[in-house]
Amino acid sequence: MTLRTQLLLEATDVAKTYGAVVALRSASLAVRPGEVHALMGANGAGKSTLVKILTGAVRPDSGRIVVGGRERMAHSPAEARRGGVVSVYQEPALIPDLDVRSNLRLTKTPEESFRHWLAELGIENLDFSELARVLPLATLRIIDLARALAIEPDVLMLDEMTAALPANLTERVLAVVDGHRGADRSVIFISHRMIEIAAVCDRATVLREGTTVGVVDMTDGAEERIVELMIGDVAEAVPPRTARRDAGAARPPEATPRLTARSLSAKHKLRDVSFELHRGEVLGVVALEGQGQDELFEILSGSERPDGGEMLLDGAPVTFHHPADAIRAGVVYVAADRADALLMQRSITENIALPLTSRIRQWGWINLVAERTRVDAAVEALQIDARAGGEVRQLSGGNQQKVTIARWVAGGVQTMLCFDPTRGIDIRTKSQIYLLLRDLADAGAAVLFYTSELKEIQLVCDRTIVIFGGRVVAEIDAADSDEPTLLRAAYDLPSDAPADTVTDVAVAGPTTRERST
Amino acid sequence: MSAVAGPIVDTRGRPVVDALVAWARRNGWTLSLIALLAVLLAFTKVINPSYGAPGIQGLAISVLPLALAAVAQAVCVIGGGIDLSIGSMMALTSVVAASQMKDQSEEFGVAVILAVLILGLIIGAVNGAVIVITRVPDIVVTLAMSFVWAGAALLVLKTPAGGSAQWLKDLVLGPAGFDWIPKAAVVLIVVVAVIWIPLRRSTVGLSIYAIGSDRLAAFRSGVAVGPTKVIAYATTGLFAALAGISLTASTGIGNPVPGPYTLMSVAAVVLGGVSLAGGRGGVFGPMIGVLILVLIQNDMAFLSLDPNLALVSQGLILIGVVMFGSLIQWRRSRR
Repeated sequence: MTLRTQLLLEATDVAKTYGAVVALRSASLAVRPGEVHALMGANGAGKSTLVKILTGAVRPDSGRIVVGGRERMAHSPAEARRGGVVSVYQEPALIPDLDVRSNLRLTKTPEESFRHWLAELGIENLDFSELARVLPLATLRIIDLARALAIEPDVLMLDEMTAALPANLTERVLAVVDGHRGADRSVIFISHRMIEIAAVCDRATVLREGTTVGVVDMTDGAEERIVELMIGDVAEAVPPRTARRDAGAARPPEATPRLTARSLSAKHKLRDVSFELHRGEVLGVVALEGQGQDELFEILSGSERPDGGEMLLDGAPVTFHHPADAIRAGVVYVAADRADALLMQRSITENIALPLTSRIRQWGWINLVAERTRVDAAVEALQIDARAGGEVRQLSGGNQQKVTIARWVAGGVQTMLCFDPTRGIDIRTKSQIYLLLRDLADAGAAVLFYTSELKEIQLVCDRTIVIFGGRVVAEIDAADSDEPTLLRAAYDLPSDAPADTVTDVAVAGPTTRERST
Repeated sequence: MSAVAGPIVDTRGRPVVDALVAWARRNGWTLSLIALLAVLLAFTKVINPSYGAPGIQGLAISVLPLALAAVAQAVCVIGGGIDLSIGSMMALTSVVAASQMKDQSEEFGVAVILAVLILGLIIGAVNGAVIVITRVPDIVVTLAMSFVWAGAALLVLKTPAGGSAQWLKDLVLGPAGFDWIPKAAVVLIVVVAVIWIPLRRSTVGLSIYAIGSDRLAAFRSGVAVGPTKVIAYATTGLFAALAGISLTASTGIGNPVPGPYTLMSVAAVVLGGVSLAGGRGGVFGPMIGVLILVLIQNDMAFLSLDPNLALVSQGLILIGVVMFGSLIQWRRSRR
């Protein structure tokens, strides 16, 4: 269909193995000039390895990479950049101890053009002498993107660019990506959010288990095709939530809540948050970036102490001085960032058994047999794919997250606080995590579930509280928790106004309509 | 962690006062150290009323090698490393300088000094290259290399011997015109300024901070991590050579046995506000740190306390000051 010379970037049969683990078997990718091309695949499918190879961070074992008609193999990000391939990585690539200006100087970014893109992305007043360390994550991602755009690359690679962004910034990013495609410029777009893929991408290449399994034109119904290709034949349907809602409603209303928060406040970010979390329910938490949800979870999990308000556990006031207090009381925490929770250089077994061992509180020998049994049961229950190696850091992100959940399941969990547990995880693992959380609730555990992906609320939660400006501004039943309602509530807007007009006012983003309809 | 909604400050029309306050806050640690130094100097004057220009002269001479060692350490610590071979490198460069300059002409001395500076650059670069190539941790490599350089120093001279060109001694000994300003201090400031300021302003200097702050992010920003590390260690070697030469200049001989400079340099760096995790701090703070550490020693001597007690208190003060600093930072971050 398309002549080879017309392709802007072409990777053919790229393979890479790490020891015994095959990261890429035979990956191919063909990007036409002027298109936004999605790279899709479950975690562990080899997406990140392919990105690293294209940007020169990793050398492939075999395969050909052709950029602009010339065969080229970059050996470092700097070299790839000179070749016109620039990547915005999943984590911010700014140096935390340098100010913004020095960071620009380091990558020889033209400041004029950077400012232009920054404004385009919706950040007007950035203090260039501010250290990167003190800027919020969302701002760092935008700076990363503006910096990449300022170099005017031929191929711009965006790896989970929108994962950490609040809705309004996401809209701006998508608009800029949409407008960036041109006669000779292309974007490779990686995201787990199907709605974004559908909104901006022209074609999608799907990887599964290190092999390119298909290229899909983004027309109507393409989403299903992509999901089919990604998951293969092991598609796992999430049970309809109506059944779930009945289970939630069956709870006797007079029962003492497992966890009660009364007017919690902290650090000016959290002003007044009260809610009740019952056994057997999943309570959703929805909030835009930085509305106090981080502080709330830190307080509930014992990492920080509140400035005001109180917490009740089974009706009795409690104070957690340390996460160990919370864990002892049966309140455990699953963070979005796996690196915060796991001992990356230790084995799966040790990671799962760590809280278990400390819970038994036994000095001297650890009962290895008993430990092994419980760990194996947890690994089995969560279908953790342990082939990648002994150390947790060798696992894919999705499997790492399963390990953090497994450690609490192995210890017998009563209350689980989940803070965006599916961030940057593939669809298949996500649906496994949804099922798991619901199974936990059905078994009598109380689950608090914050997510940045509104769609998840409907799939998992019985009720949802919405936090805005450090206060609970709404409580929404599962029946009403469709995305437009949640989004409106997250912006603290009256729920009687029509969805699209209100969000337009609030976000002022060009593609808002897509999200809210 | 993620969602600290940091202020996006409007820089347009920001008053000069605010900029000054921001500058003072950024350099708060160094400014506090200067204040502490002033207090210590006043205290010295109180316990020893005759302390004056000669005291300052002596202080400057005894501080010079240590201050240069601290600067050497600061450079590689900022780059995310640590160099435990600084004392040995000083010993090696000192004995090479002393043995070659002995009974030679003044002009030949200039050539020797230049050669020794290049030697410092080379042995520092060797440290860095071994770390980058073998991927053995910095602390292990430099500890091992400290034996290598110390052994080499003993191969050059078995016992303290050698000599120094007269111009070199004249360069650091005595006052610089005015009694209160020692030549050693002038030399120190000039040498550090001439090497550090251009480095700091260059992309190479930026890269050293970058690899110390976040290696991965630096790599992704296109920084050549390995070569930058070698350059950082080479700079450390250069400053260590300067420190070694200053030893020869102030004593007139070369001593093949390393002094307590390595650990003192680490102490001064920590005291000077350089994060051992890398990426933060400068070289000015560590120099003040050295002054404070030496002045405390001197004061203990004036008070005719047991010198061993002086050592104990030095350690305690180090912990106390750094703890105090963390406390202030912690309180600020809570507010």
